[in-house]
Amino acid sequence: MRTIAYRDALREAIREEMRRDERVYILGEDIAGYGGTYSVTKGLFEEFGAKRVKDTPLAEEVIAGAAIGSAIGGLRPIAELMTANFSLLASDQIINSLAKFHYMFGGQSKLPVVIRMPGGGGAQRGAQHSQMLETMYAHIPGLKVVMPATPYDAKGMLKSAIRDDDPVLFIEHELLYSVKGEVPDEGEEYTVPLNRGIVRREGTDVTIVTFSRMVHLSLQAAEELAKEGIQAEVIDLRSVRPIDLDLVLDSLRKTNRVVVAEEGWKYYGTGQGLAALIYEYGFDYLDAPIGHVAGKDVPMPYSKPLEQAALPTRDDIIAAVKAIVPAPAGAGAGA
Amino acid sequence: MAKALDTKDAREAKPPRGSADSSNNSGDSIAAMLDANGVLTAEAERAANISDEELRTLYRLMVVSRRLDQEGLNLQRQGELGLWGPYAGHEAAQVGAAMAMAPTDWIFPYYRDFAMAVCRGIDPGAIMTIFRGLTHGAWNPNEYRFAPFIIPVGTQVPHAVGFALGCKLDHDDTAVLVGFGEGATSTGDWHEAMNFAAVFNVPLVFLCENNQWAISVPMRQQVSGRIADRAAGYGFPGVRVDGTDVLTVYAVVRAAADRARRGEGPYLVEALTYRTQAHTTSDDPTRYRTEADVEPWKSKDPIRRCAERLQARNAFDDAFAQAVSEEAEQRALAMRQHLLSAQTPHPASAFDLVFANPPESLLREKAEFIEALEPERGE
Repeated sequence: MRTIAYRDALREAIREEMRRDERVYILGEDIAGYGGTYSVTKGLFEEFGAKRVKDTPLAEEVIAGAAIGSAIGGLRPIAELMTANFSLLASDQIINSLAKFHYMFGGQSKLPVVIRMPGGGGAQRGAQHSQMLETMYAHIPGLKVVMPATPYDAKGMLKSAIRDDDPVLFIEHELLYSVKGEVPDEGEEYTVPLNRGIVRREGTDVTIVTFSRMVHLSLQAAEELAKEGIQAEVIDLRSVRPIDLDLVLDSLRKTNRVVVAEEGWKYYGTGQGLAALIYEYGFDYLDAPIGHVAGKDVPMPYSKPLEQAALPTRDDIIAAVKAIVPAPAGAGAGA
Repeated sequence: MAKALDTKDAREAKPPRGSADSSNNSGDSIAAMLDANGVLTAEAERAANISDEELRTLYRLMVVSRRLDQEGLNLQRQGELGLWGPYAGHEAAQVGAAMAMAPTDWIFPYYRDFAMAVCRGIDPGAIMTIFRGLTHGAWNPNEYRFAPFIIPVGTQVPHAVGFALGCKLDHDDTAVLVGFGEGATSTGDWHEAMNFAAVFNVPLVFLCENNQWAISVPMRQQVSGRIADRAAGYGFPGVRVDGTDVLTVYAVVRAAADRARRGEGPYLVEALTYRTQAHTTSDDPTRYRTEADVEPWKSKDPIRRCAERLQARNAFDDAFAQAVSEEAEQRALAMRQHLLSAQTPHPASAFDLVFANPPESLLREKAEFIEALEPERGE
């Protein structure tokens, strides 16, 4: 398999689906000739033209609202919001309209809308430009919220999202766009389901449940832990709503210990929700309290050293694991 | 673009009537149809060529709608409905605008546009089942080209713009009408949608039903200047019309829709009327206005004004009035009977339709709910 970047994988997914289905079109700010703020839509305007690649006025409410209206008319819009932070402007349309219309319309209008947006910190974008807001949307019945971590999943899940008849919020991460990974050749058809997590690394001593960019830090942490004789299983949820709880519980039955690792804030967030589900459905299998690695409880600082202090790290995950996993016999002797 | 799947048949049909203002392609031709009071001039009325029969149809639909509104109020007062939002005073705006659109056109209503739904041929009894909480979707939006009522003020306006954008991508002849009150024109959604509609030159008629009250806030505290003038700031025309004169609304909206269909872009019609009733049955207007405030508008009652127009054309007599009145009574009774005989849904159906493709977790939750509801089934 060839190796391509996350942003290129997203672009291939959009291009292939636009070729496959004429009802698919994209709209958003700076997505046409400019190619998108993160270069995801580069070249699509040249191939598909102004009718199907629409630069819009700078107005998130109407970008989301117009996507909804055109979907009621039978089109399959992909709206790009420049960042998840700006999606707050569109959140009424997303939560009060997009999430509700299939229900409120008695199932008579489908809403095959994909809203793409990057979240996350680490690029010194400051407090208003670095947030992980998936929790807000994952809380709402009627929305599917996916956060792929690899180029393979980015392409396969975006194709699934475009084909899905329900609204899908597709949350990328600013620091993932340049991450490279193996992806089948263009035109070699595959999709990745919107409701399945995946075991990224098998282990027996603890399960690290994570998603988005934290998958990569968790895998690094697992490698370090292995050197000390702790075998961590790493689960990439891929989708935070719906959540593949069965996969998590299966792993828990094997390891009896769980660390939840996320970039977002600790309180009332995705990680706490996940931990509550594990307590509710897997309490009997737990041999230790669930560990929780999250971002510091502050607005994201703009200052680089402060931002690094606010973001969860590989070492935070290692520490959280060690806090609940007994030291292996002879640990430290030969490492 | 390909034809949209769900609306393919609707989009393929051609609008049945020609242009109402074919003499002039500029938006100003619509403003030129009106006198200083926003009423259709005699010359424009002749040019619009609206037959007596068409006007009688508008009268009939207004009388029926007024009676259904009263019945809605009665049902709420009798404890049969949770809430009712009266639309008395809006009949000319709603009936005139809805009937001005071709049957193949789409309408995106706001929550008060009940009479528009009646004009589209949707069974009023079925609509009322929504207000009684018996169903979510009482009609198929694609069948009637009528979107469901929207509650958060102004949010339907971006939807209408997006739908109209889709019509343009499809290269078809569909025009779109979106209804809203004057309060909605204060929202960001409305302004963003106005701009978006203009930038993409979409086939959309904005209809402001300005009833001068947003619950307790009067027009002068809601809007500085005139709503119709807002359109110019976005680069397209708009007019304020006498929203109690159905003939004027009908002619102007028809001209605006024809203009949109010709590819000349959006148009804003501000229909000035008055909310003679409460905002909804949860509202008490005596807390913010007096009977003296309402009184002047009673003489501008849309139904009376239409009757006067018909009388001036010698197209109104007692037999017609009686027949219309009887039809209204029959339809109110039918609406009541439909509503009161409709079945209460099974509680577990609350889980249905959250998604087109529901996740397993939701199906599991539903199964657990049913089991808790009817334990014997689980044994």
